[in-house]
Amino acid sequence: MTDNRTDKYKKVAYYPGCALEGTGHAYNRSTKEVGKALGLELEDVKNWNCCGAMEVKNIDPKVQTYLSSRVMSQAVNEMGHSVVMAPCNGCYHNLKKAEYDLKNDETSRQVVDRISSKAGHKTYHAGEIETIHALDWIKHGIGEEGLKSRVKKSLKGMKVANYYGCMYTRPRHIFPEKDQGAGSESTSRPHFMDDLLAAAGAANVDFPLKTACCGGAHTLSDSDMSTKLVLNILKAAEASGANVIATECPTCHSGLEMHQIRAEKKFGVKTNVKILYFTQLLGLALGLTPKKVGVHENMSDSFGLLEQQGLA
Amino acid sequence: MAIHEKHLIRPENIKSHEKLVLDGIDISGHWSTFIETRVVKDYNEDLQEEISALPGGENVHRCWQCGSCTNACTVNAINPDFNPRYWIYLIRMGMESELLRDKEIIWQCVSCNKCTYVCPREVAPEGVMKATAHWLELKGHTKPSPSTIFDDVFSSQVINTGKIEDGLVVRNFFKRTGQSLNQPWLVEMVKRMMAHLPVTMLMKLGLSTVVHPRTQNWGAARDAINEYVAEQDAHHRKALGLEGLVEMAKQEAAAPFKHAAE
Repeated sequence: MTDNRTDKYKKVAYYPGCALEGTGHAYNRSTKEVGKALGLELEDVKNWNCCGAMEVKNIDPKVQTYLSSRVMSQAVNEMGHSVVMAPCNGCYHNLKKAEYDLKNDETSRQVVDRISSKAGHKTYHAGEIETIHALDWIKHGIGEEGLKSRVKKSLKGMKVANYYGCMYTRPRHIFPEKDQGAGSESTSRPHFMDDLLAAAGAANVDFPLKTACCGGAHTLSDSDMSTKLVLNILKAAEASGANVIATECPTCHSGLEMHQIRAEKKFGVKTNVKILYFTQLLGLALGLTPKKVGVHENMSDSFGLLEQQGLA
Repeated sequence: MAIHEKHLIRPENIKSHEKLVLDGIDISGHWSTFIETRVVKDYNEDLQEEISALPGGENVHRCWQCGSCTNACTVNAINPDFNPRYWIYLIRMGMESELLRDKEIIWQCVSCNKCTYVCPREVAPEGVMKATAHWLELKGHTKPSPSTIFDDVFSSQVINTGKIEDGLVVRNFFKRTGQSLNQPWLVEMVKRMMAHLPVTMLMKLGLSTVVHPRTQNWGAARDAINEYVAEQDAHHRKALGLEGLVEMAKQEAAAPFKHAAE
């Protein structure tokens, strides 16, 4: 994997996914703004479709593989890209999973080929594109040093609990580039978000629930379970001394926001920790206004904290 | 936390007698507590095969019962009765009636994949949970769970239009599960969401309830997916010995996602 990534990630195909056009709009906005500020170019995948999220695999896993493969097919065959960046953990995970299945499973290849030809587009084949997360994009496209030199307002005073969730690291086998020693991401103790925010001056706290589950898959169908799981995360962040949780997934983010409110309204448990996308925090450090990075679109109201820290 | 195990000795099998004389010896009270012999004779010898035939259950036979899955399980930490290792054991032993005692909670797996991450035998317990929940519904042991209804609402929108719009998914899900949108925490959530949004953004949000996002030229993909899903469904029912229902499934299959985006 080493290392022409600084060049390779300069211009990539961008797969926002459905959530970033709805509840996760602040993530979409801040990702694009941060890209602009860092001189990294994004080109939207033409006429993309949903990757299948957490749901379609329960109808049929191979339909989910097809849906994800079509997104990659669009980026390769309609646009000629060799890298596609997905900021949403769900999209990122599903594209990675499709890549793994298409590489290793003949039945998956047959099903994808069959549906693709009936749907009238070129079949995607494993190895034609590299799927990366927004964290990889900035970590390898710019790096900590590059980021440091561009910081206009240090995040000093922001005590951050970095929350990665489930789908960025599990299951391990679909992420062959992780756990490859120095410089690579770890699936048990992920650190790319920590690294980037530290470079922007933030004080990361020692947060034990980095890869805990927020219950996102059942956020509406088993809400009490999700509220309990989210409360674990919020309380652990507060106990670790954090004043903000940084997120890198729209499902985790809206789950934390939603169940923070639900816990308060339904169970009378109030937590005060704020929730921001890591791209919002990076954007603020790069001198962008809170509005530019969509802080007003969050349910968790961080304006007070940002003013107090001189970031708004 | 230690792994919680189920007691196979159940309260209803413990017999105690106020007064009991056996062979002329008075063993009344405490000494007369017996555990009734428990005989399992309703094995479903095909249970493992049936679960293996459903997506996710393919590797259930590989399990060697180390318990790593239950130890890592997110839901087990909240509800100790949620025990993937035990259910996999029951499936492999064919102890269907024992498995059915937990039929109302198996669907609660949150797909965090911690089990699949730690499993040393590549069983993919998360997949087995999904296959088992699917099996319970296909066999008619349970009604469709809220999770299945959500998957159905969500997937029908994806398959029909290529994309989803989260507001519409929420509305359709609440409608199909008969829940009111007027819940204090939901109202509060919307209030906070609106708090800082400029008018133009609010108008855009309002508009998105009228204009739904969709992928262009999606019709052929939709038909190809529906055809494949219907085929798989018939295949699964056959594997579960539900041939009598295959005809019925075929009729349904003409429109497997009839709850189309409204």
